[in-house]
Amino acid sequence: MRVSCWRSLPTCGLQSTLFQLRDLKAVGKKFVHVMYPKKSSALLRDWDLWGPLVLCVSLALMLQGGSADSKEDGGPQFAEVFVIIWFGAVVITLNSKLLGGTISFFQSLCVLGYCVLPLTVAMLVCRLVLLAGSGTVSFIIRLIVVIAMFAWSTLASTAFLADSQPPHRKALVVYPIFLFYFVISWMILTFTPQ
Amino acid sequence: MSAPGGGRSGPAEWGGFEDNMQGGGSAVIDMENMDDTSGSSFEDMGEMHQRMKEEEEEEDGEFLGMKGLQGQLGRQVADQMWQVGKRQASKAFSLYANIDILRPYFDVEPVQVRTRLLESMVPVKMINFPQKIAGELYGPLMLVFTLVAILLHGMKTSDTIIREGTLMGTAIGTCFGYWLGVSSFIYFLAYLCNAQITMVQMLSLLGYGLFGHCITLLVTYNIHFHSLFYIFWLVVGGLSTLRMVAVLVSRTVGHTQRLILCGTLAALHMLFLLYLHFAYHKVVEGILDTLEGPNMPPFQRVARDIPVVSNAVLNTTAKANAMTL
Repeated sequence: MRVSCWRSLPTCGLQSTLFQLRDLKAVGKKFVHVMYPKKSSALLRDWDLWGPLVLCVSLALMLQGGSADSKEDGGPQFAEVFVIIWFGAVVITLNSKLLGGTISFFQSLCVLGYCVLPLTVAMLVCRLVLLAGSGTVSFIIRLIVVIAMFAWSTLASTAFLADSQPPHRKALVVYPIFLFYFVISWMILTFTPQ
Repeated sequence: MSAPGGGRSGPAEWGGFEDNMQGGGSAVIDMENMDDTSGSSFEDMGEMHQRMKEEEEEEDGEFLGMKGLQGQLGRQVADQMWQVGKRQASKAFSLYANIDILRPYFDVEPVQVRTRLLESMVPVKMINFPQKIAGELYGPLMLVFTLVAILLHGMKTSDTIIREGTLMGTAIGTCFGYWLGVSSFIYFLAYLCNAQITMVQMLSLLGYGLFGHCITLLVTYNIHFHSLFYIFWLVVGGLSTLRMVAVLVSRTVGHTQRLILCGTLAALHMLFLLYLHFAYHKVVEGILDTLEGPNMPPFQRVARDIPVVSNAVLNTTAKANAMTL
């Protein structure tokens, strides 16, 4: 019976090349670290880009229904969101390195990508609220949720990134992160499904 | 999914195999003897077993034997390939992605940035000897990004909910295009007029000059009075233009040259602020026009008459107006 178990598992020949269960656990652990930001180095030490990719794709997909008429508007919008998130993350990383940061390129990308999680949650909540209606009350709810999640994202990424900077330059690194999440929050808040 | 954890989770599920493995290298032979109908699954088993054993070797470090030597050789080859690949990749990376040339331009303290921001609104009085311009790029770059963010915010308050992506691209293109394009053009003119200024200094000067634009747009996108905008345009825009002009005058010799250079810069800078306030809305409304048809009257000012459009747009407009008031 045990012999036949081998054959029935489709992934048994591929287990060491693809995304493994332990990677999923690592990603999940990092999500928890983002939602409860403490000064731990787990996010920095074992960086990976799976989480940011998943978050970015899901955010871009959720933002896609907001264009007016024809189907072709959906295409560029996905690409624009994707490009803006990754380009913004790269710019912030370069900026923090140029200011004398000790963090590596991919570590910084990893942190910034993972800290998009609160905003993805906000997008989900906004979509649900918009299903209920799109009046003033729903706008106020969405505004509060987006502002709260924006603050959470900024604080979370600051908690991880600011330590790697010289102490007197923290403000110089935090400001572009603030702008980056502001732009993403703006995209989420002004989303209206048509 | 028990297979991925098979080699690592220990004997929990593979107790049967465990007994076979204790024979050392003969475990595979034992598997050969097991009753199985299809040959391919035997090969799979053998492969999986070998992989499991290699993983066990890695972890325990105690198991030696014929299989151990093969595994070690394979590992060494893989290791070498990895090292070579890594070396090549890091060489290419350090060649093409050398950001260290930009490092001196980002060597700045927050206090310095704040001082320079405030100074960019104060015209210098002494134009007889060249004024110092800090060749720094952090402040200007952040100001350009802030201007982009303010433009996007302005689009939100004017209810442009359609085609966010294109508008964002337009905003980024406009701001960076202005900063880089006008800096290059003025640098070229400065070269013609024999002014003593380098490209980085020009970028820095113009970048800090955008601080006035940021303040003006931030205020007037939220408080929609055109007289207020004109006052801000003259005062705030004028102050930052005067500052830039004074610095350039101090670095240029000759009346004609000063006139050309400073006249061009002043005109471009002030007109850009006008453009951002008025024509940018028009660009946005142009996009809306192409999508909704010729219903929208052109160039709507402060209190927009809502034309006959869909209810969704009406509702969104109403609620956004309620929020801004």
